[in-house]
Amino acid sequence: MKEITRLAFVLTLIAVGAGLILSLVESATREPIAEQRRLQTLKALKAVLPPLDNSPDADTVTLVVGTDKKGRDISRTFYRGRQGEALTGVAFKVVAPDGYSGNIEIMVGVEPAGTVSGVEILNNSETPGLGNRITEDAFKDQFKGKALSGADWRVKKDGGDFDQITGATISPRAVVKAVAGGLKFFDEHYGEIVTGGAK
Amino acid sequence: MNLVREFSKGFWRENAVFKLLLGLCPTLAVTTSAENGLGMGLATTFVLLCSNVAVSALRRLIPAKVRIPAYIVIIASFVTVVQLCMEAYVYDLYKALGIFIPLIVVNCIILGRAEAFAGKSPVAPSLVDGLGMGLGFTLALFVLGAVREILGAGSLLGVSLFGAGYVPFLLMILPPGAFISLGFLLAGMNALESRRR
Repeated sequence: MKEITRLAFVLTLIAVGAGLILSLVESATREPIAEQRRLQTLKALKAVLPPLDNSPDADTVTLVVGTDKKGRDISRTFYRGRQGEALTGVAFKVVAPDGYSGNIEIMVGVEPAGTVSGVEILNNSETPGLGNRITEDAFKDQFKGKALSGADWRVKKDGGDFDQITGATISPRAVVKAVAGGLKFFDEHYGEIVTGGAK
Repeated sequence: MNLVREFSKGFWRENAVFKLLLGLCPTLAVTTSAENGLGMGLATTFVLLCSNVAVSALRRLIPAKVRIPAYIVIIASFVTVVQLCMEAYVYDLYKALGIFIPLIVVNCIILGRAEAFAGKSPVAPSLVDGLGMGLGFTLALFVLGAVREILGAGSLLGVSLFGAGYVPFLLMILPPGAFISLGFLLAGMNALESRRR
């Protein structure tokens, strides 16, 4: 009995020490980490939106875009870029669930008129050298200037307007589909996205 | 105790990857580029260094019966420290290494050194042992990453080597490339050893 108490005491002591160190490190890194995440989002926003002079991550509106398998709401945040008071573009994140491996997260920038101002691939785990070439400019740039109407939102192999990548059709197909879906939602909820939310 | 010997054994004689074939999961998975290999190696070195020192300093306090849970708590704490610091200050590398940073906890090199060395040795040799073993591991990951990056992407540390005309040997940065490169590196090292004898 005495030994067990001693073992438990030592282990508790070590765990308390570890907890103490961890809480110190966590509080020291909390702010830099939040800042890093903010910078990442901001970098992606600046890459896809037309020129702007506000902080789009502070000018947002969040809408419910659908429900997941369990019936919970999926919400999406729309970031609005402005120059002065005029709206220059809206950016939002879409997820393509049907890539070759895992979800592909895409940031899409749209001008108020509905044409794409840019897309940026945020996260993907597609095959290096094949599917993950969707992160290259040659692929991303073909979205620029296209609107939902006036372009066939499929890859060329399926009869659409978008170049797939040699040896990798699945990833581009998923991206094109996800971006088109995002644009469709943007079109249908244009009013709410542009005027909604607290400025 | 010869500190220089304790330090240098990690590079060749007892190199964790090339000689002991330990810690192969991160070795094979993250070495798609020299930079990733280097980052993973240094993160592991930091954890190994800290855990060796802590385990060695506490070796008289920790009863033999609960030493493994005690070691794991110590190691996991340092891994979390590394993870938080990497996310705060080297975000790109943090994203590239992904799940393999928290998985340093289960890297058998670290528990192995705690059990086989630090738990029975004074602080100074344990520190040197951790540093040597860690840097040896880093070296192995860097070499493997460099080989795979040169062949598979035609670049080293992100700098293109062969110009635009080079068609990358893609297989090398895919998972099979890790096994193939490691196999050839091991064969080369063994050939070198046996010739020397």
